[in-house]
Amino acid sequence: MAIEVRIPTILRNLTGDAKVVEGSGATLGELFTDLDNRYPGIGARLVDDGKLRRFINVYLNDEDVRFVGGLDAELSDGDNVTVLPAVAGGSR
Amino acid sequence: MRIDRSIYDQIVAHARRDHPDEACGIVAGPVGSDRPERFIEMINAERSPTFYRFDSLEQLKVWREMDDRDEEPVVIYHSHTATEAYPSRTDVSYASEPGAHYVLVSTRDPETAELRSYRILDGEITEEPVEVTGAPTGR
Repeated sequence: MAIEVRIPTILRNLTGDAKVVEGSGATLGELFTDLDNRYPGIGARLVDDGKLRRFINVYLNDEDVRFVGGLDAELSDGDNVTVLPAVAGGSR
Repeated sequence: MRIDRSIYDQIVAHARRDHPDEACGIVAGPVGSDRPERFIEMINAERSPTFYRFDSLEQLKVWREMDDRDEEPVVIYHSHTATEAYPSRTDVSYASEPGAHYVLVSTRDPETAELRSYRILDGEITEEPVEVTGAPTGR
């Protein structure tokens, strides 16, 4: 089952500069585990303590995965996943 | 960082308009050009005087658009409404575009806008001069 994953600039040092990579998994969590096997270190940049890191946004076919089950979101062949750094901050 | 007067003014105007909440947005430019050319106001999903976060779905839309046009975020700006235009610890922890100019505007003084620019790389803040180009608008 092939899922296309778009990688942001900040993580491309882990994918040999690839902008788009492929992985597989029945859920987003499994996909990230698979990606970490292919691109060691990437898992820890996406997931912390069993949850999505708050510094990144992950989209499944244009939906923010936080609203469709997070790491438990189910994947189907041909789905697209996009990872973007969250842009946030504040005066405190 | 070189920036056109009209874009500089749009950033300041956005910050003023959203005061006392923080305003945020980007200026896109051709990949690798270091030229901030296309001003894009973003929604602050937090609508807060002390925090900002791009709305995640709007961000996806804008990032796609940039991808299609071979652009990147040359400037990422936001305002501080009660403190100086200097990156906070939170700003640094979120900074994830090593190539971007992080622009801070302070709106704490209603008369004078303070706009400053930084590189934020591996947790380190480096301020850089801001050169405003183009015709002055009498400010």
